[in-house]
Amino acid sequence: MDIYLPIAELSVDIFVLLGLGAAIGFLSGVFGVGGGFLLTPLLIFIGVPPPVAVASSANQLIGASVSGALAHWRRGNVDLKMGLVLLLGGLAGSIVGVWLFTLLKRLGQVELAISLGYVVLLGTLGGLMVFESVGAMFRQRRPGAARRKLHQHNWLHGLPLKTRFRASKLYISALLPVALGFAIGAIGGILGIGGGFIIVPAMIYMLGMPTAMVPGTSLLQIVFVAASVTLLQAYTNHTVDAVLALLLLVGGVFGAQIGSRFGTRLRGEQLRFLLAMLVLAVAGKLAADLTIEPASLFAVAPDKG
Amino acid sequence: MRAAFALACALAAAGWWPAAGRADAVVADLSSHLVAITTGFTGASVVLFGATDGPGDVIAVVRGPDRPVTVWRKSEIAGIWANTDSMSFARVPSFYAVSASRSLGEALRPGVAALYRIGVENLKFEPLPPADPDRVAAFSQALIDTQRRAGLFSAAVGKVTFLGERLFRAALDFPANVPTGTYLVEVFLVRERDVVGGQTTPLSVSKVGVDAAVYEFALAEPAIYGLIAVVTAMMAGWLASLPFRRL
Repeated sequence: MDIYLPIAELSVDIFVLLGLGAAIGFLSGVFGVGGGFLLTPLLIFIGVPPPVAVASSANQLIGASVSGALAHWRRGNVDLKMGLVLLLGGLAGSIVGVWLFTLLKRLGQVELAISLGYVVLLGTLGGLMVFESVGAMFRQRRPGAARRKLHQHNWLHGLPLKTRFRASKLYISALLPVALGFAIGAIGGILGIGGGFIIVPAMIYMLGMPTAMVPGTSLLQIVFVAASVTLLQAYTNHTVDAVLALLLLVGGVFGAQIGSRFGTRLRGEQLRFLLAMLVLAVAGKLAADLTIEPASLFAVAPDKG
Repeated sequence: MRAAFALACALAAAGWWPAAGRADAVVADLSSHLVAITTGFTGASVVLFGATDGPGDVIAVVRGPDRPVTVWRKSEIAGIWANTDSMSFARVPSFYAVSASRSLGEALRPGVAALYRIGVENLKFEPLPPADPDRVAAFSQALIDTQRRAGLFSAAVGKVTFLGERLFRAALDFPANVPTGTYLVEVFLVRERDVVGGQTTPLSVSKVGVDAAVYEFALAEPAIYGLIAVVTAMMAGWLASLPFRRL
């Protein structure tokens, strides 16, 4: 059954969208990642214009992150102060990101920027994941590997504006989370991702936050940065397709529930290796589209507004 | 729709229209003056029918509203194909299709088709700002090719069939990606390879129902639309977490 998406101006089979949402939800349930980094490229593959794919992914991301953030909130795993400081940077970053997006759109380069951004992002991520999961498979065979030092001091601790984050038992410069939030917000504004897979390791390794507090805090920041991106995109570029986002969410809800139960039964390393392969495949497809001579060198873009 | 009709009347009154002298040389109407794009829209067909005052050929041109368009040209930079060159055209019909009772070459003298802009190859695009004619020709051709591939400019001439000598009909097909707006269906009566009469009928292509409401709302009230999109997604996420809370 085809459904007409009002903003994407495209007829798509409703089950393709529900299935796509479910697949992304499943992945996020299994791996605990947002899945936005796969959602946007997949939407582009089914024919959604890249600007609409980015903006609608951000909209979908709000819903997908809210339930996770709420669950962590109930368990008390959210460092509210850290979240708000991250958000401060994140909101500013999202404004800059959407502004850049609008500028690139006017220059006719936004689709290239989105594709390139994803190739770099997914290529790096996939590569790291392969490296990590292969490493983990090896480590399993020789136990007793040396433990890392818990806390190391470096130049990052010499920055001004030192602030105490009680819930995370940290005393660090507030500039660090602001800068981190800003970077993630800017990337989110251009690529429509929450950036959980960037912010989570950064919070653990760069800020030194306790692992238990990281997912809840990052989800809190993602919800609001995605909300900011959605608002800004809707306002400046009219590219948010709420119908598309909602359909993806409906599919995503079921996928996530199945995925989270599935995830507990599977071996982590193999699973991560599979996800890495999937990520690399998407990056490869995008890279191929950029580097293979297109069938037509010309593209027509209506000038709106 | 009213504006377009008024325009057609004004053109006819100003004597520009060849049919002004023999107003009833051809009369035509559409089975429907509205193509409604609904949620399940997969394209539509409208029947054009009419009568002539005697033997002759009939050509029907369907034109979507003019829009400004930018054509981008890709070239390879460091192994990556990127948009490097562009040309903007002020007014390009968003849709263009021709139907005829005979092939255009047989039905019309060469200059006549160009004069009445009948046939995709006779469309003229004005670049903004003006540019070198060779470049304009290349970009115009690319524009036509791209729109043809998208189904927005008809690749083939449709069929106008005569029932007897004076009654004619043609099926005008619109693809799923048909742009919205007020269309003009121009019907030309051709004798001795020249246009001797004509009539213009407006046709409205618009989104109806929920989609139209969403689309118009998103453009008219972008801030409120964005807010609703955010709140809806939050509610959906929150609702989704409820039934699974205790699992």
